[in-house]
Amino acid sequence: MNNIVVLPMVIPLLAGVILIFLRSFVKVQRVLSLLAVIATGVVSISILNAIQSEGILRLDFGGWLPPYGILFVADSFSVLLVLTTAIVSTIILLYAFSTIGATRENMYFYSFVLFLIGGVNGSFLTGDLFNLFVCFEVMLLASYVLITLGGRKVQLVESIKYVVINVLSSWFFLLGIAYLYGSVGTLNMAHLSERIAEVGQGPLLTTISLIFLIVFSLKSGLLLYFWLPGSYSAPPTAIAALFGALLTKVGIYAMFRTFTLIFYHEPSITHTLIGVMAALTMIGGSIGAIAYKDVRQIVTYNVVITIGFILVGLAVSTEVAIMGSIYYLVHDMIIKALLFLLAGTMIYLTGTSRIEEMSGLIRNYPALGWLFFLTTLSLAGIPPLSGFIGKLYVGQGAVEAGSYTLLAIAFLSSMFVLYSLLQIFMNAFWGETIISEDEETPLQNRLLLPCVVLGIGTIALGIGAESIAAYVSDAATTLMNPQIYIDAVMNGNR
Amino acid sequence: METLITILVGILVTVAVYLLLSRSLIRIIVGSAVLSHAVHLLLMVMGGLKKGSAPLLDENATSYTDPLPQALILTAIVISFAVTAFLLVLGYRTYKETGLDDSKELRGFTDE
Repeated sequence: MNNIVVLPMVIPLLAGVILIFLRSFVKVQRVLSLLAVIATGVVSISILNAIQSEGILRLDFGGWLPPYGILFVADSFSVLLVLTTAIVSTIILLYAFSTIGATRENMYFYSFVLFLIGGVNGSFLTGDLFNLFVCFEVMLLASYVLITLGGRKVQLVESIKYVVINVLSSWFFLLGIAYLYGSVGTLNMAHLSERIAEVGQGPLLTTISLIFLIVFSLKSGLLLYFWLPGSYSAPPTAIAALFGALLTKVGIYAMFRTFTLIFYHEPSITHTLIGVMAALTMIGGSIGAIAYKDVRQIVTYNVVITIGFILVGLAVSTEVAIMGSIYYLVHDMIIKALLFLLAGTMIYLTGTSRIEEMSGLIRNYPALGWLFFLTTLSLAGIPPLSGFIGKLYVGQGAVEAGSYTLLAIAFLSSMFVLYSLLQIFMNAFWGETIISEDEETPLQNRLLLPCVVLGIGTIALGIGAESIAAYVSDAATTLMNPQIYIDAVMNGNR
Repeated sequence: METLITILVGILVTVAVYLLLSRSLIRIIVGSAVLSHAVHLLLMVMGGLKKGSAPLLDENATSYTDPLPQALILTAIVISFAVTAFLLVLGYRTYKETGLDDSKELRGFTDE
């Protein structure tokens, strides 16, 4: 039995439950939650290495063999994302220690962060469609609480929209599951893939696949992103960073999984539609990113642009493009966390989120300024930073598939990313210094340190891309050849 | 029987959509609850209604009812119960804090 596969979900959940009983011991809560995420990271590294030597791992709960039981499947794609989740959430927790405030810490903040991470990891690892729904709900319920925690008016108002939209998308998810179960009689992903390959993906199944497309688009913010900017800019920085780095990525993961493993027979309908939606997302996100003068809004619209970009890889669906998407997904989790943390730090230091009210910050906080510049370059995809290799492969894949329109929009959107962030940089960091040195809010090291670590992360991932290349190409191969996944689940001995 | 339940699902969805599209917050919340119950019924119909005896090993039984939809519904009901409870509290708290329960007035709310 590969019991290790379930640990990335169980460790955070158990730690979260334990923390509920330690409400008044804030120090203990901090240490325990940090230990739990680090442990998750260590475990996922060992799973990742085990996959390279033994192939895809799976764990059948209760000994019920597939397709009857619920199971967890760990392939390179999912475990890479689990590992990145662990790294990013460790750093965000470090940042949260000094910014989140005693009131939130007393109101089970760390428990809910851990529940959120447990749900995210569960969604990455599950091999069953209904279980995916359950893990999504675990993650979403934790996120509902995190977004409202603190109860400022704007948080409450934004979270109502967020919750209602997610209830609706969960409804669509259940609807899709019901139809799928009614038509092919299974919910195990590998078994689904096998059966759909047998009966052929007729119009009925394609329609069901479109329901899933709607669900995951709502969750990830592909085209249906209207709820995203409002709700991601309402909560405090650490929580917004957690959302920006993790939540949409789970939707993207689910989309990759379903449309490469289960519904891959009608690319002329589904993948074309994904391509169109990705293009519109990038255009809409670009317009949003340059239209606002508010740091938070610009940053959240950058999340939207990236979602479109990553999905270009799925839309063209060549192995190289998928590889690019995976690189970019990992890169984006790190860099979006960094971007949200930097934006939050800027707002904390200046007391405003309008860029025209900031000026000359580079004189006051040089380290922050250079970090922001580094982030801008990395997001724009300048080598040798981590954004480059993903963009390169996605571009190469799009050329191979001949989707030049998508390619053009994808790279134009990078220009808009660069423009919108340079606008922040020029307005906030250049110009006359308006905060005199004795009036400035001191930038504590404990705020800067998490950002520096993430900054080093993006450089390291850019220069050392070779070190994860083996994992990424294995992940892409598995995604492009569903038979590998099916064999591992249906025929593999334990 | 399946047809009847399917029609019932349709009616429930209609009611829920009507409620969701109204402006009052409490109606939206009730609408979301009705919506999820509609899909629970649908899940049950999709597995086929009573086709045999209870899914327990039995010498006399020749066919068994599929137990999976029941398991799915049970899980889904628990989740929708939790979400609805949370949403009700959230709606109440928002009303207490802002004095608004009209979704039009809650739109683009920025005041601190």
